[in-house]
Amino acid sequence: MLGGIYALIAVGLSLQYGVARVLNISHGEFIMVGAFLTWAMYTFWHLNPLVSLAIVGPAVFVIGFILHRTLFTRLKSSSASPAAYEGSSLLATFGLMFIVQNLAIIIWGADIEAYSFLNTGVTILGARFAANRLVTLLFAIGICLVFYIFLARTRLGKAIRAAAQDPETAGLMGVNIKWVLALCFGLGALMASLAGSLLSMCYPIRATMGLEYTVIAIIVVVLGGMGSIVGSFIGGLILGLVGSIVLYIDPSLSLVAYYVIFILLLLIRPTGILGK
Amino acid sequence: MNSIVRIISKRSFQLGLLAVILVLLATVPFHSPGYSVVLLSSIFMYVVITVSWVIFSGPTGYMSLASAAFFGVGIYTSALLGDTLPIAVVICIGALVSFCVALLVGALTLRLRGIYFAIFTFGLVELIKHLTLWWEINMEHTRGRLVVYVENDTIFWVMLVILVATLLTAYFIRRSKWGLALQSIGENEEAASHMGINVTMVKVIIFAFSALFVGASGAIMATRWTYIDPGIAFNPLFSFMPVLMAIFGGMGHLLGPVIGAAAFAYLEEFLITEFSELYMLIFGVILIGAIIYMPNGIVGLIQKLWTRGIRRKNADT
Repeated sequence: MLGGIYALIAVGLSLQYGVARVLNISHGEFIMVGAFLTWAMYTFWHLNPLVSLAIVGPAVFVIGFILHRTLFTRLKSSSASPAAYEGSSLLATFGLMFIVQNLAIIIWGADIEAYSFLNTGVTILGARFAANRLVTLLFAIGICLVFYIFLARTRLGKAIRAAAQDPETAGLMGVNIKWVLALCFGLGALMASLAGSLLSMCYPIRATMGLEYTVIAIIVVVLGGMGSIVGSFIGGLILGLVGSIVLYIDPSLSLVAYYVIFILLLLIRPTGILGK
Repeated sequence: MNSIVRIISKRSFQLGLLAVILVLLATVPFHSPGYSVVLLSSIFMYVVITVSWVIFSGPTGYMSLASAAFFGVGIYTSALLGDTLPIAVVICIGALVSFCVALLVGALTLRLRGIYFAIFTFGLVELIKHLTLWWEINMEHTRGRLVVYVENDTIFWVMLVILVATLLTAYFIRRSKWGLALQSIGENEEAASHMGINVTMVKVIIFAFSALFVGASGAIMATRWTYIDPGIAFNPLFSFMPVLMAIFGGMGHLLGPVIGAAAFAYLEEFLITEFSELYMLIFGVILIGAIIYMPNGIVGLIQKLWTRGIRRKNADT
């Protein structure tokens, strides 16, 4: 069940790293923000979490878009080389992580929060599932599919893919590169917040949960191959599956298992499953 | 002739200044005991970790996020052996174990390049952390350990010795042919290996040497916390902090990381005590501001102001 959410998170990060060239350490914070917004809307306004997806997503998208246009565009123009930009943007997102996390603690407190939504069993083909987890999985996969179709079929999707391959040439071909990069960063933040919303339906949330998910997202992105959206999707599903199996054997070993897979993969095939 | 005299006198002036600073630092516990000793020890710790990081990652451009692993190894050495052996021996063992771990890690991973190396080292720290945690809970049925108590003044002097050793090593490696080899690896690894540099050996050995000091400072600083668990010992912040501090200070000059680490450590301490609620927020804002307005760090800023000042002086005359 975790696989869908992992895939969603990783596709978001892959978009930010693969196209916008920002290895976003604060990715998990957007997940946390999404989760808390959904939780707040549910507890104070009794809004259905699935409805709040439609509010949280665009709101965080706008934040991400503005962030890129102000902060990262500025960094990019002052960096000497693409490598220097990668380093400085990494540090900037690190600072961002601190800021967002601290703000969240001030607004929502440092406690663990949770709410109960669709917490009933459903029987499909003789096996019993928790309804909220099933909904989460379906939504996560659905969002990934919609995004994939957007990327593969629309003009804007084509522009994004072009910018991922070669930003300068894409710019010469008439793609408004600054706009596309900001769009990608915003979309990445959007996916993170949606993943956070979905996550809050099944799991307890807290203000410091971000970094854990950032790490998982990075693992998945490497697993699937840097910059490959489909790879991230498959990688997320695989990691979620492995996580569920290990969780069944010994819960305390699940993170160890992730890292073992990750490290072995890096040593044997550093470019990932679908990397070139 | 005149200019040579000037250079010699400048050099001896610098050495004299360094000696005065060193003596002043070494006598701190006598003239201002208490809080400043504790504060200075943690500043020294950050300087040591940062300078060690820069020894390897500065010239080569391999961004290592493994500092926390070496630091944690030192901490655990101290927790396991601190009761039975004298502290000096424990520190040496901590340094040696870190050295060996780094040798192993380096031999295994330095084939990876760019961002993969950074991510790998980061994953490694987390792997060690979770394995240790699992071992402690399932095999030893504990979570953390108690560390032997050491006087604050002793910690301070030991840290000072480690600091001086780190700085000397950094200075001499920079000056030696090893430093040159590292520099050329950073610029073009293939060309360096064609020139006859044993690329892998240079990388692995320098990587291991830089871990030596981190392990030693982990072993001594552990005694200050009295209680440790894997989450404290292998805290990923100890991997990120040196990178931030080095960039904050500027890597173009040996003094850059030193200034960066000292300023950063002091800032952190100040913010935690004065604004414990908002500390992370302010910290983040300063970090982002520093990246935008000082891309070459504090030293870069000073150099810029310096050259501007000289230019103005020349324009005046």
